[in-house]
Order: sequence, then C-alpha cells, then structure tokens
Amino acid sequence: MLYAILCYHDEDFVGSWSKEHDADVMQKLSVVQEQLAKQGRLGPVARLLPTTAATTLRKDDPPLVLDGPFAETKEQLLGFYIVDCKNLDEVLDVARDLGKANPGGTYEIRPVGVFHPGGAKP
Amino acid sequence: MTDTAWIDAALTSARPQAVGALLRYFRNLDTAEEAFQNACLRALKSWPQNGPPRDPAAWLIMVGRNVAIDEVRRNRKQQPLPEDDQAISDLDDAEDEIAERLDGSHYRDDILRLLFICCHKDLPATQQIALALRIVSGLTVKQIARAFLVSEAAMEQRITRAKARVADAKVPFETPGAIERSERLASVAAMIYLIFNEGYSASGDTAEIRSPLCEEAIRLARLLLRLFQSEPEIMGLTALLLLQHARAAARFDAGGQVILLDDQDRSLWNQALIAEGLALIDKAMRHRNSGPYQVQAAIAALHARAETPEDTDWTQIDLLYGALELMQPSPVVTLNRAVAVSKVRGPGAALEMIEPLAPRLSNYFHYFGVRGAFLMQLGRNDEARVAFDRAIALANTTAEAAHIRMHIDRLMRDSQPRDVKAK
Repeated sequence: MLYAILCYHDEDFVGSWSKEHDADVMQKLSVVQEQLAKQGRLGPVARLLPTTAATTLRKDDPPLVLDGPFAETKEQLLGFYIVDCKNLDEVLDVARDLGKANPGGTYEIRPVGVFHPGGAKP
Repeated sequence: MTDTAWIDAALTSARPQAVGALLRYFRNLDTAEEAFQNACLRALKSWPQNGPPRDPAAWLIMVGRNVAIDEVRRNRKQQPLPEDDQAISDLDDAEDEIAERLDGSHYRDDILRLLFICCHKDLPATQQIALALRIVSGLTVKQIARAFLVSEAAMEQRITRAKARVADAKVPFETPGAIERSERLASVAAMIYLIFNEGYSASGDTAEIRSPLCEEAIRLARLLLRLFQSEPEIMGLTALLLLQHARAAARFDAGGQVILLDDQDRSLWNQALIAEGLALIDKAMRHRNSGPYQVQAAIAALHARAETPEDTDWTQIDLLYGALELMQPSPVVTLNRAVAVSKVRGPGAALEMIEPLAPRLSNYFHYFGVRGAFLMQLGRNDEARVAFDRAIALANTTAEAAHIRMHIDRLMRDSQPRDVKAK
C-alpha cells in the first residue's frame, strides 16, 4: 500500500539552520531514502520551496488568486515522501527513521487513494 | 541535531518577533534586548529538560517580560524573587493566551517597527546595517565585526553609538496607519538591500567571510515577505537577492579574481535559489504594480534563465533598464543599460550613450572599466588604454584592479603584432 508522509515544520525554524546543518540533515535523510529505494519502496520525494513562493487559488466563481499558502499555521507543509509499506506499523517505522535523521516538526501519514506516477521531469 | 543546536535555531528564528514584542512592551531597546537575553538564558535551562514549548516566541516574550518586571519589583522593594521553576511553571497557562494574541496582526507591526528603528534616517548606512544585524538577526558583535572586516572594539563602538542615537529618536509605538506602514516597509526594504550589498560587493578574498551578510539579508527579506505576502516590491526584493546570491559560487576564480557574468560557469549557479527567485518574480508581475526591485529582479531573472551567455535576451534587458531609468534616474543605471545596448546595437551606440555621464561619473571605477571595454571593442585601443588606466587608479579592491589589468594585458597582446610590423 502506498502512503504519503507529509512533512510539517516551522519554516522560520528550518530557515534558521546553517548551510552546513541543512546539508547534514539532507545527507542523513538520503541514507534512509537510499535504503528504501534499494528495496523498491520509495516513490516520489519532494522538498517544497518556502511558503513565500506559494500562491493559493480559491475555486470560487471566478477563481480567486491569493499570495501565500492556503493556511496560516504555526507549522507549514515543507515536503513529502511517497513510500510503499505493508501496513501502518511499517510506515511508522520509516517515519521514525526519517525523524531520527531530521528531528523536530511533524509527519502526517496518509494512505494514498489514487496515484499517478506521471512523467514530469525536473 | 545536537542538544543545543535546535535551541539555537529556535532562539534565532523567534528573535525578531520576541524582541519586537518586548520593545512594544518596554518602549526601550536596551530593556527589550536585555529581557530577551534573560529569557534565552532561562530557555537554555528549561528547554533541554522540558522540551521545546509549543510557541517558542510566545514563551520568550512571556518569560522576558516577567523577568524584567520582577527585576524592577526587586529593585524597588528589595524582595526575594520566587524560585525560577515556579516562575516558569506559571507560564504554561498564560502561554495560550499570549500565543492567541500574537497570532493576530500585532507581531507583524512589532517586527516591522524593530527593523524600522534600525534604519533611522539619521544613521549612516553602515550603522543601520550593524544595528539590524545585532538587534534583529542577533549576530554577535564578533560575527558582525568579522563580516565588516573591522576590529571587535570598533564594531562595538559603532553599535553603541547607533543605539544611543536611536534611543534619542522618538519612534511612535502605536499601530501605524496604511501610509506610514508602507513608508516603513520601503525604508526597511532599502536597509535589507544594503545588508545584502555589503556582502555581495565583497572582493574574492573576502567573499567567503562576508557571504553570511547575503544569507542574513535573504532571511530578513523572506521574513518581511511572510509578514506582507501581497507586496509585489517585497517579492521583487527577495527575488533580486535570491537570483544574485545564486551566482555566488561562480563569481570568483580560485585566485579571488572577479569572473564576469559572461565568463561564469553557469553549472555552479544555485538552481534552488534561482527557482525560488523566478517563482517570486512571476508572482510579483501578476500584481501589475511595478517598482525598482521588481525591474531589477526581472533583469536578474533574464540572466538566470539564459543557459549560455548567447541565450541572454539583451533586447528585453535594455527595455527593463529603460523602465528603471524612468523610475530611478541615475547615471549608474544608464551605465548598466549601456552594456545591454552594446550587445543589441553595438559598442558605438553604447559609447554614445555613456559619453554624457562622464562629468557625473568621473570618479567611478565601473564607468572607466565599461568605457574601456567599449573602446576596445571598437578597436580604439589607445583610448581604451587611457580609460583602463583611470579605472585602475579608481579601483576599490585589488580584485577590481586585477580584473582591469587583465583587459590591459589583452590589449597589449592584441597590439603587439602591429608593433612588430612597425619595427
């Protein structure tokens, strides 16, 4: 079963990391990711640009375009993983491993309903 | 993260909001800073045991306020303080309430006010920057002194002087009106740009030491944009800083010499910063309310989008500089425009464009560098040589001088065969 691991954290806080610390966290996360990839369990992974780069479209009629993220919250959606796990226990283990590499903030684990891998390349 | 690293990051990110709120409360910069310092000390004691509070900024404001008030009381009555732990445990209930209030619009103006105080018009630019880095960013005097390449004592003195001047100036504490808010925003944006330039204009041998200034300016710009999400000029400013800083790794060679845009290894450009900058300029343009930062960011975006120097859309850059000339008439802008003109209409047209600038830019290094380059392209080597000599005399850094010398060497090489023939 596919699960989305949605990463929430205080953007200001993450933005206060030094370059070295940021690189260190990314390095540690990549170790966990590589393991999952080797087992064929890793789907798309994304780190999102800051919410200052976000735009919101409210689907009113006509649609309303607003600057900034959809919701103003203490923690922001900063990225996500798609992983293939047998059950909740297994995906929680993955999230714990990721959390060890990058402590702080919150992971929201959501089973995926419909999934199109798509073909878009960066 | 190590035990204290997360606390450091939390204190740094909470700082502008916390000091801003404490300043509104105490109306005195020194008291506010001291209250924040005291709150940080308590955080270092309490957080490792109890974990991070849900809202670090609210926690720091509350503790900072209480400690300062207790101090006043203690001085007044000479009464013993309650135990530390008790004072802090009382906070948990109060945190909810203050967090609620902080989520409102208040803290936006708190942070803006804090930044605005630092760019007081009586302060020279260098003092504004130093003050902002100390008070808003929380860099240590040692860190700031290092970035400015001055001694710690000199920087300490500069900051003390700036603070004294700011203390005398009356900054209104009531919530600003719309016009005043937008004026403050413009001053603060200008100051953030100054901080960036202080780092960006570094020469190759100091670029590494000074690049934290660029990073701090970007952090402040993002902070400001988060507070004022629909301000196209703040989007433009942030985009401009991101797009310029994206080139940092490609701007100097191993010997610290400047590498011009055309000669830079574009694979060294930071694509994540470019993506963010382009996204912001896209957003800003939708507002159809242009301004100097947006135009400069749009120019930087055209450079960033070009995969090779030949792909650069110089016609569009020429037009954008034309727009900038109307918004911000300045001989330096015209000089920059002339570089675009030289690519579109040739060096002759460009030289004609900068001739009238001579009286106003007679002491400007770049004027003679650019003039020399146009003359060289036109094959007027003797005149080019004169311009380059003048540029070297006006160079501010050794890297600038070395860069011009490189042009002169090229001139010498080019002219040598003719000399041989003449013999």
